[in-house]
Amino acid sequence: MKRLLLIAASAAAITATPAMAQDMVVTNARLVLGDGSAPIDGGTVIIDDGKVVFAGKPTPGQTFSTDIVIDAGGAWVTPGLFATVTTLGLADVTAVEETNDITARGTPFSAALDASKSINPTSQHILVHRAAGITRAATTTLPSGSIFAGQGAIIDLDADAQPVMQARAFQMIDLGEGGGRQAGGSRVAAHVLLRAALREAQALVGKTGIPETTEIGKDDDVYLSRFDAEALVPVVTGRQKLYVAVERAADIRAVLALKAEYPKLDLVLVGVSEGWLVANEIAAAGVPVIANGLNDLPETFEQLGATQSNAGRMAKAGVKVAINASSLQNPRRLQQVAGNLVALTRVPGAAGMEWGKAFAAISSVPAEISGMGGKAGVLKPGALGDVVLWDGDPLEAGSVPTKVFIGGVEQDLTNHQTRLRDRYRELDESARPEAYDW
Amino acid sequence: MRARTGALATLASAFALTACATTGTAGETASTSDAKSGKTFAATKAGEPVFASTYKPYPGVPTVLTGATVYDGKGGKIENGVVFMRDGKITAVGGPETPIPADVTVIDGTGKFVTPGIIDIHSHLGDYPSPGVEAHSDGNEATSPTTPEVWAEHSVWPQDPGFTRAMANGGITALQILPGSANLMGGRSVTLKNVPSRTVQGMKFPGAPYSMKMACGENPKRVYGGRGRMPSTRMGNFAVNRETWLSAIDYANDPKAKRDLGKETLAGVLKGEILIQNHCYRADEMALVLDMAKEMGYKVAAFHHAVEAYKIGDLLRENGVCSAIWADWYGFKMESYDGIMENAAFLQREGACVVIHSDDANDIQRLNQEAAKAQAAGLRLGIDISDATVIQWITLNPAKAMGIDKLTGSLETGKMADVVLWNGDPLSVYSRPEKVWIDGALMFDAMNPKTRPVSDFELGQPGEGDVK
Repeated sequence: MKRLLLIAASAAAITATPAMAQDMVVTNARLVLGDGSAPIDGGTVIIDDGKVVFAGKPTPGQTFSTDIVIDAGGAWVTPGLFATVTTLGLADVTAVEETNDITARGTPFSAALDASKSINPTSQHILVHRAAGITRAATTTLPSGSIFAGQGAIIDLDADAQPVMQARAFQMIDLGEGGGRQAGGSRVAAHVLLRAALREAQALVGKTGIPETTEIGKDDDVYLSRFDAEALVPVVTGRQKLYVAVERAADIRAVLALKAEYPKLDLVLVGVSEGWLVANEIAAAGVPVIANGLNDLPETFEQLGATQSNAGRMAKAGVKVAINASSLQNPRRLQQVAGNLVALTRVPGAAGMEWGKAFAAISSVPAEISGMGGKAGVLKPGALGDVVLWDGDPLEAGSVPTKVFIGGVEQDLTNHQTRLRDRYRELDESARPEAYDW
Repeated sequence: MRARTGALATLASAFALTACATTGTAGETASTSDAKSGKTFAATKAGEPVFASTYKPYPGVPTVLTGATVYDGKGGKIENGVVFMRDGKITAVGGPETPIPADVTVIDGTGKFVTPGIIDIHSHLGDYPSPGVEAHSDGNEATSPTTPEVWAEHSVWPQDPGFTRAMANGGITALQILPGSANLMGGRSVTLKNVPSRTVQGMKFPGAPYSMKMACGENPKRVYGGRGRMPSTRMGNFAVNRETWLSAIDYANDPKAKRDLGKETLAGVLKGEILIQNHCYRADEMALVLDMAKEMGYKVAAFHHAVEAYKIGDLLRENGVCSAIWADWYGFKMESYDGIMENAAFLQREGACVVIHSDDANDIQRLNQEAAKAQAAGLRLGIDISDATVIQWITLNPAKAMGIDKLTGSLETGKMADVVLWNGDPLSVYSRPEKVWIDGALMFDAMNPKTRPVSDFELGQPGEGDVK
C-alpha cells in the first residue's frame, strides 16, 4: 500500500503492506475515472498488489488472473474521494475541549505545529467518512493565536494503525479577516508578520539555530517563536506547499503578489469566495484553489461577492479548482456540493461544472493539489487501489458506498452511527432493554 | 399605585407610538381604556394587536400550471397535474382533466415538478443576518436564563440577503425566525412570508400564531453556569423552568396582576394561544420535557434538532410532537454525538411527525436535498417513504407545527397560493426552483434576471444582482 508511494524520503511514512490486500477485478461498472472524463458504462477496474493496473472499457478477450471478481451489476464505481481541507482525526467532539486537538489557544507555537503527531485513526469521524467514500484527506490544525495554522498532513482513512501518508505536507496561514484578527487586529499587521516570519526563515535556510529575532510577540501572545521560524524554512525554499486562507479579491491579489517577493513559494489558495472576480489573475499565476463550493452569502465583508457560480467561473478561466471541505457542516457533504455544481449548469446565468469535472473537483484535483497526483482520487494504472462502489449516482443526494477499498483492501464500514442504527431498527423492549441489543 | 420606573415609562411610550401607527392615535387608546381609573397615560391593553402584520399579497395574474408532476404537500402525487391559482389562492388542483378557464396564463410544466412553497420551521435569518458582524448579532438576549419577554421580530433585519437566497435556491415561501438557544426560554418567534420588505411588519405572516422558543440541555447550563449563576446543570435547567412556569400560572390566574411581558407570553402558552418550539437533542431529556409540560399544563409543538428522536419515536407519536431535524448534522457537541442519518426514517416508521429544518443560512437553500438524504437513509433499511411524503416533511408538517396549516403548506383549494415550480425532481441534487409564487404573486423566476430580488445591503456591491 503506502510502500508504493514515491514521496520525498523526509516526509514518507513507510509501512508494511497489510496481509489483507487482495488482487481483484471489478466488472460491469458504471465507471468513473475521476480525471474529469464522463462515466463509462461496462467498465472494468483491475487491482494488483494494491494498485490500479487497468481501469476502463476492457478489450474483448482480455484475461487477468485474480483473487476476487466483483460484478458491479451496472452500479457506479469511482475512485475514493479526496477531502481537503479537513480536521479529520484531530477531534472527537469539537465542542468538548479535551477531545479537540484542532486549536491550542495557550501554546506559544504556531507554524511549528505538526498535525501528523496526533492523528487518531480510530476517530469516529474517520470511520464515518470512510463509510461516505472518502479514502484520503488533507487534515490540519487551525490558527489559534497567530496567522500560522501549522503543518497539515495527508492521511488515508483505512483501518490500519498508520493514518499518515505524508507528514508536514503543507503549511497553512490565514491572510484574510481572520488572519488580521490573529495578527493583532488588521490585515496590515498580518502581512508584516508574514514577511517578518519569511525573512527569518530565509535566514535559516541551510542551517539550524536561533533566528535573528528569537521571538515575535506582544504581551502574552507569541506570534512567531524561533521554532516556528525554523518550521517555515521548507516554505520559503518551496519544498513545502503554502496554503493561504483568503476570501476577498483584493486579498487574493495580495497573496499572488507574494510570488514576486518570494518566487519559490508553492502557493495554494483556500476559501477564495471572491475568486471569480480575479479568476484570470489566479489562472495566470498558475496557483490552484481549494474553493468554497456553494457559499453565496455576504457572511463577512470579505465575501460580498460570494456566489455559487464561483467554482464554475474559476474553472472556466483555467484555474485548477478543488472543493473546500472545511466550509461544510461535515466533509461527507462534498458529494452534495459537487452535485450542486452540476445543477448550476441548468440554471440560466449561472456557472457550474459538467458531471465529470465536478467529480474531479472532489477526487483527482484535490489529490493533485495535495501532491498525490496520479496516486489518489483517480483510477488509472499506477494509482492506489482506492475503489468505491455506490448504491446510486455518487453525486446525488443520499447516495452512499456499498463497498470501499483503500489500497486494494476492503474496508469495514461500521461505526458508532451504524451501530446505533442497527440497535434502533425497531423499538422493542418487551423482553429486554435496548442496551442488550448489540 | 406605585410610580412607574423610567424604563417602563419609556416602554409605554414606545407602545403608544406603535399604537399611533397601527390603531389610530395613542391619545384615543389612553382615553378610552383608562377613563375610569383616571390615569392620563396608558399602553395598549394586553392582547390587543401590536406590531401587526402589514403584509398584503402582491399582485398576481390568474395562472395555471399544467403537465407537471405535482406533490400536494399532504402526501399526494398527481402525474401530469393541473394547479390553478387566482386572486392569491389555490382555486383548483387535479389531474389533466381538470377544467381550465380560457383567459388565464398557462405555464407548461412538462418534465417539471410542482410543490407547495417550502417552509423552514427553524431559521435565524434577519436576527443573525449576513454580514454576521457583532453589530448584527441580535438573535439571543443571552443576559438571563429566561427571557420570555423578548420577541424575535424586534431583531429581524428585513434586508438580510439570506431571505432572497432562501427563496431563489430553496423555494422557501414561509419561515419561522426563532430566538437562539442560550436561554431556557428564549422569547417569542415570528413567522414570516419570505417577501422582500422595508419592515418586518411587511413580512409577518397574517394569522400565524406566536411560538415561544425553549432550550434544554447543554446551552443554557453552559452559558449561565459559566457566569456562576443558575442553571449550571441539567437539573438546574429543570428547576428554573418549573419555578418560572409556577409563577406564570399564578400570573395567569390573577386578573389583577400588573402587566408583565414575559409572563404574558407564558400565559399565552398556558392558554394554548402560543406554541412551544423546544430545542432539545437527547431522547432522555425530551422525555423529561414532555413530563414537565404535562405537569405545568402546556404542549410542545416540536422538538428542534432532536438528533436522538429516533430512540423515542413511540413516545413522540403518543404525545403528538413533531421532530424538526437535520439530515446529517452530528458530533459537533456532546449532545449531538448520537446523531444518525436514519433519524427521520425511524420517526416516520413509528408514525411520528417529521419536519426537516435548517437552523442555517446555507441549509435553508437546500431543505429539499436534506429531506432527500434522510429519505435515502431509510430506503437502505427497507423503510420506503414515498417522495410525496418526504415533500410533506418540508411543507405541511412544518406548517402544522407552526400553526399555519389551515392557511398554507399544501396545494388545496382555498389555501394561499404559495407554490414552487421546480426544473426537475425536487428530491434530486440536480434540481432548482424555476419559479416561486407567494400568495399567487410571482416573486422569483429563474428565467428572468429582473425577478431576482436584491437587498438594500447588496446595492453597489460586487456581484449585485448576480445569480448567487
